[in-house]
Amino acid sequence: MVQTRKSQLVDPLIDNNPITLQVLGICSALAVTSSLNVAFVMALAVTLVTGFSSMFISMLRNQIPGSIRIIVQMVIIASLVIVVDQLLKAYAYEISKTLSVFVGLIITNCIVMGRAEAFAMKNPPVDSFIDGIGNGLGYGLILMTVGVVRELFGSGSLFGITILPTVNNGGWYVPNGLLLLPPSAFFVIGLLIWALRTWKPKQQEDREYRIQSVEAH
Amino acid sequence: MEGLISLAVKAVFVENLALSFFLGMCTFIAVSKKISTAMGLGASVMVVQTITVPANNLILNYLLAPGALAWAGFPDVDLTFLGLISYIGVIAALVQILEMVLDKYFPPLYNALGVFLPLITVNCAILGGSLFMVERAYDFPEALTYGVSSGFGWALAITAMAGVREKLKYSDIPDGLQGLGITFITAGLMAMAFMSFSGVKL
Repeated sequence: MVQTRKSQLVDPLIDNNPITLQVLGICSALAVTSSLNVAFVMALAVTLVTGFSSMFISMLRNQIPGSIRIIVQMVIIASLVIVVDQLLKAYAYEISKTLSVFVGLIITNCIVMGRAEAFAMKNPPVDSFIDGIGNGLGYGLILMTVGVVRELFGSGSLFGITILPTVNNGGWYVPNGLLLLPPSAFFVIGLLIWALRTWKPKQQEDREYRIQSVEAH
Repeated sequence: MEGLISLAVKAVFVENLALSFFLGMCTFIAVSKKISTAMGLGASVMVVQTITVPANNLILNYLLAPGALAWAGFPDVDLTFLGLISYIGVIAALVQILEMVLDKYFPPLYNALGVFLPLITVNCAILGGSLFMVERAYDFPEALTYGVSSGFGWALAITAMAGVREKLKYSDIPDGLQGLGITFITAGLMAMAFMSFSGVKL
């Protein structure tokens, strides 16, 4: 193991972020980010599920036959998600209503599955747990960033607390309604990726065609 | 019958799984580089969706719902908490079967889809379709219609996206936006276009 545990935890935050670089787990990132409360609960749930599922799968990795490994992984992940779902229904019913199907969809969140396949099947439990938590946090980081932008500029508040008093409530800020609508999440993430890749040019993708200048005669 | 038609139109356009609920985004972004591959994947998603949504509907109504086990002598049993695990089981099994069939009869498509075929299992659009079916309490004909049309809507979206991206690769895009970034923004624009359907009253 060349990687140290600290870098395992920190790497997925920016350098190897699951959303902006590995293209995993985008679905829920887009759908649940219109308010921070919901985004926070979702990020927490995904981090826990990723960490624990990686750990359990890694414990069982020598017993799982290769040909049916996907089903076995699915069962482990699904059981964990059911626990999370029941907990949310018991202690945070309002939020669980807003999240509706997206809690169930943590099962099919590619991050959980991707880490199980790529890391947990080959590494011991403790490392897998840290790797899972790290990737969950990387996902959470993007989710929270998008959530901050959308809630602050879309409804002028953070975590439901008013920051920019809106015109409707007698303030001065005219909220940008587009940011509460689903498509804005695409734009925010797109621009976020742009910013991140300008900061870290190593992550840029090569273009397939280059525009060449031709000398005029 | 009218109800079913409006349900179908709604599932394809107004409530498009990919563009208004963002389901199946990972594959939507990753496999939309070429039209032919995108269409192949779209078709297989549609097939899987058509089978799994009604199948899960039957499982829900005859095994899991409160009182559903009355025929077996357990009228008080409520197994809905096992829902997630059984839906995903059905989906995983079906994808495995589809993989074997494609490998045997359509090898070019099998090779083109490659790693993304097993990933249909974790395609949120499939599980999402089943979960929406549960949440909205569809009966069997409705579930069948919803399965076909939501799958078709997803296929339509990914094919359109691939068409845009095939042209897009010739354009001059800033280095940082290249690839993933511009794809997100394109998807955002498409989602806005699809939103205009939401004014349609059925």
